[in-house]
Amino acid sequence: MVQLSDLKRLGPYEWKIPTSVRADMRVPVRLFASAELLEAIGGDASLEQAVNATTLPGVVGEVLVMPDVHQGYGFPIGGVAATELPSGVISPGAIGYDINCGVRLLASRVEFGEVKGVMNDLASALDAACPSGVGKGGRLQLDEHELERACREGGEWARREGFGSESDVARTEEGGFLAGADYSKVSRRARERGRPQMGTLGAGNHFIEVEVVDEVFDDEAARVMGLSEDCLTVMIHCGSRGFGHQICTDYVTSFQKAVQRHGIRLPDRELVCAPLDSPEGQAYEGAMRAAANYAFANRQVLAHLAREAFAKALRGRAQNVHLHQVYDIAHNMGKTEEHEVDGGRRRVCVHRKGATRAFGPGFGGLPPEYRAIGQPVLVPGSMGTASWVLVGTEKSMERSLGSCCHGAGRTMSRRKAKRSINGSELRRDLEELGIKVRAGSMPGLAEEAPAAYKDVDAVVEVVTGAGIAKRVARLRPVAVVKG
Amino acid sequence: MEHTADWGLEVWAQDLPGLMEEAARGMFELMGVKVSEESRCHRQLEIGADDREQLLVSFLEELLFIADSEDLAFDGFLLNLVDTNLLARLEGGFIVSRTKEIKAVTYHYLEISETKRGLKTSIVFDV
Repeated sequence: MVQLSDLKRLGPYEWKIPTSVRADMRVPVRLFASAELLEAIGGDASLEQAVNATTLPGVVGEVLVMPDVHQGYGFPIGGVAATELPSGVISPGAIGYDINCGVRLLASRVEFGEVKGVMNDLASALDAACPSGVGKGGRLQLDEHELERACREGGEWARREGFGSESDVARTEEGGFLAGADYSKVSRRARERGRPQMGTLGAGNHFIEVEVVDEVFDDEAARVMGLSEDCLTVMIHCGSRGFGHQICTDYVTSFQKAVQRHGIRLPDRELVCAPLDSPEGQAYEGAMRAAANYAFANRQVLAHLAREAFAKALRGRAQNVHLHQVYDIAHNMGKTEEHEVDGGRRRVCVHRKGATRAFGPGFGGLPPEYRAIGQPVLVPGSMGTASWVLVGTEKSMERSLGSCCHGAGRTMSRRKAKRSINGSELRRDLEELGIKVRAGSMPGLAEEAPAAYKDVDAVVEVVTGAGIAKRVARLRPVAVVKG
Repeated sequence: MEHTADWGLEVWAQDLPGLMEEAARGMFELMGVKVSEESRCHRQLEIGADDREQLLVSFLEELLFIADSEDLAFDGFLLNLVDTNLLARLEGGFIVSRTKEIKAVTYHYLEISETKRGLKTSIVFDV
């Protein structure tokens, strides 16, 4: 068992687990955390899982752990690991079942003060427009041909179907699609699950939130992103729905044999993997990219539905009810990128699970208007607390494989949250704070209570203190629609 | 079972068919599934696997897929095993309501172990 005492302090916000801690470690672990957050991190199996991740064949540099880390399955949530091309491995469990789960931020020029009185209407309109809840399908029922196009083209498919603009697509990570999606590697089951779920939010920790820009910390970056103090924004958190879950399930199952064929020994079967240049690895990568594109399209459709609801609820009460896209980022993804690792420039597959990309200014893959300020990093807080807009930095490229945190990070188990927090009371408390709540189920709401999460401000303090991100704006919630 | 981000279930039974049945009942319980008592349905599944842990995961995944794609859940189980090949005769009905979504059944530290009273295991679900 990995202990907090195994950590070596590198600085106020950085810690290291050296390879001497366990014989099967191939690389060290670098943890971004404050001394205060360490207590929560040491309270579950996060660090053990990070050490397990260092055993993946072909892993290079360090396994990185973000301050919002918490225990997942196989790979910690908040972990980043790069494996070298061509023969390093790709691991479905190190990307997650909800492939390309991510966050999209839309912003407006509508001042909260103008429309404060109609937040209930807005929450109801968003709830009605955006299908959410367990196993729910949406308005779209894709046929086989359309599903295949969505999987190949991602956000661009949704735009051409009338669900967005060119600017939306341009302001999405990777321009809203990963090249190399291979629909032929997607199972019949995944296709069946994917067809009715395009344009749906799902359940669990997925949400649509209306937030007010509470404070701007970087005027220039906020101006470029179109974020103005006191104005409303809409944040959408969801992924690839049953389509991605099924793809991950299929390949975690088939890779149980692949690891034997390739002679790979692992401390946890959930970390099963295959070399990137093997037929198994190539098949998963192609299917995973199809799911990533499905998720980009899904958030694009949801953004369109949210815009319609926003305009309908606020028309006549505010002058300009348009919501423009700030950015859309993934936080469960495997991506081919080039990084300086172990003293050389290398092409690697960066597994980010519960971690975002955070490219600094001047690096490729950003829309022209963001090249000078760096990539927007969207960090949703827990329900009822702040969310943050940050940007990646040059240090994030040097120290964290261009990666950053993805949220507040859980600290209390779902079981304990459900036992100790009453959903109806929580809803009333949030309403008293001025936050309108629409939720699919009260026990589900209780599991996502703010008390079950770390303090997002403390998480942001670490990533900004370590220099891997810079503050742009803090957002505060005024309406929450939970799946 | 306590788990920070997801859900875990500790399951024990006298034998492997019993363990699989208890795991299925536990999973539906976690999902908050209520099954219709009217228009009952029957289903037969044949599942093969390389080992018993994989068989357990595959069985539960099959039930999740049926719940997601056909809105069906089961409360009657007749499970027969030959090595790691399962023949399952299931009885159930349409899902009237469910409160939680389970995305997947994981292999995280999954191990079926022998005890004095039979078998036990811990299963982590991605939610």
